[in-house]
Amino acid sequence: MPKITYVEFSGTEHAIEVKTGLSVMEGAVKHNVPGIDADCGGACACATCHVYVDAAWTDKVGSPSAMEESMLDFAENVEPNSRLSCQIKVTEALDGLVVRMPESQH
Amino acid sequence: MADLSGRIVILGAGHAGGTVAALLRQLGWTGPITLVGDEPLAPYQRPPLSKAWLKGEADADSLALRPSEFYGDHNIALRLNATAATIDRTAGVVLLADGDALPYDRLILATGARARRISLAGVDLDGVLELRTAADADRLKAALGPAKRLAVVGGGYIGLEAAASARALGAEATVIEMQPRVLARVACEPLSLFMQDYHRSKGVAIELGAGVAGLEGEGGRVAGVRLSDGRLIACDAALIGVGALPNQELAEAAGLHCDGGVVVDLTAKTSDPAIYAIGDCTRRPLPLYGQMGRLESVPNALEQAKQAAADLCGTKPPAAETPWFWSDQYDLKLQIAGLPLGAAQVLVRGEPSTARFAAFHLNADNQVQAVEAINAAPEFMAGRQLIGARKPVAPDKLRDITISMKDVAA
Repeated sequence: MPKITYVEFSGTEHAIEVKTGLSVMEGAVKHNVPGIDADCGGACACATCHVYVDAAWTDKVGSPSAMEESMLDFAENVEPNSRLSCQIKVTEALDGLVVRMPESQH
Repeated sequence: MADLSGRIVILGAGHAGGTVAALLRQLGWTGPITLVGDEPLAPYQRPPLSKAWLKGEADADSLALRPSEFYGDHNIALRLNATAATIDRTAGVVLLADGDALPYDRLILATGARARRISLAGVDLDGVLELRTAADADRLKAALGPAKRLAVVGGGYIGLEAAASARALGAEATVIEMQPRVLARVACEPLSLFMQDYHRSKGVAIELGAGVAGLEGEGGRVAGVRLSDGRLIACDAALIGVGALPNQELAEAAGLHCDGGVVVDLTAKTSDPAIYAIGDCTRRPLPLYGQMGRLESVPNALEQAKQAAADLCGTKPPAAETPWFWSDQYDLKLQIAGLPLGAAQVLVRGEPSTARFAAFHLNADNQVQAVEAINAAPEFMAGRQLIGARKPVAPDKLRDITISMKDVAA
């Protein structure tokens, strides 16, 4: 299973094996990684699963849809590598992915 | 320093109960945690039951809030298929219906809400359904499919979502609503009118201002809904979706203050400081609106789970949230923030016929009280921030779609 490293704002790392087909958000929530709230459960409706994709991975992860982009537009502390983790599907190609979390999702 | 070693019992293993158990462990609670649920399933997400689950696009794993091994791994004792009978506050014990006693130092009520039942002739017929649990959804799913006919009593969110899912599965659907418009209790008129038109364009029949005289059956199974005007809506299954009631009886019997929900403060504490209540079962302060209210939504369950966990663990209380809610129907994404209270005007931004617009509820000072957005994420996100900030907006700018929401909110 692809391994994904979630880095909390405090710097604490969680390296987790996530089943392919799940989203990066689901991988975090199902393993109780703090810092990804995902209030809407992955419906791209809330922007509380905001992460920064590590620079080495931005190409492989791809770019956000128009819907995701407009949600991100209004999220806090958005950077060019910001994504909503519920919209990133885990594939074998993402084995090793590193995502970092913002200070707060709200 | 808070003492994190006490025994916590959580009654209700839904979204609120499951979340607070996980948060307590995240925040370092070391004492025993017992999570009691009356369903056979570990905590799962209810919103997909009327949407992806019903359409067969989600499986049990994706519905589950956490994987099954999570509870053992985090030393959370799951008591499923278990119902609490009484709370003995003096002794600090919950008695289960099966006779077991669960002693607690702190108790969290997350008992949720149940579907409101109406006393109608024929409600006990087979095929008369409600939608609250995964088991309810399975029964509904089994009744849907090509050429099947679903009658929905109640044009609220559950009913409309079920009708949309029924259409996706090839079934016929008729929504019967007593009010002159769907979503009458929860949405503004422009949104109701849009939703009615949209559902009709997808082949859903909608009967408005229609009373129900009773349900009629053949051989013990529902065959139709008889309207007050005498017409019969023939069906293979009837879904009753007419609101929900808070499960507060246990709290009431234990002498906790209840008033259309278990009354709590912003730390989710009830009138007994050893007992918290979170989620659909509560009546809580709504700081932005200066009143108390009951919010039936996942974001509310999560917010109160955070309040309770932070209070119990002595960590920083979560920031106050603007209430919000979402619904998916067909290719529509509805996002609603705030509560439509104290509005002096409802202003529509965008053209409903484009299926991309938002209705803003403004008070007399042009502060945004609520926003209802259809496929309009910027309006929803900016609206939500404006509601929290209490910053007045210029109505003429808000109405002008050539001015971006960033500029409107600036």
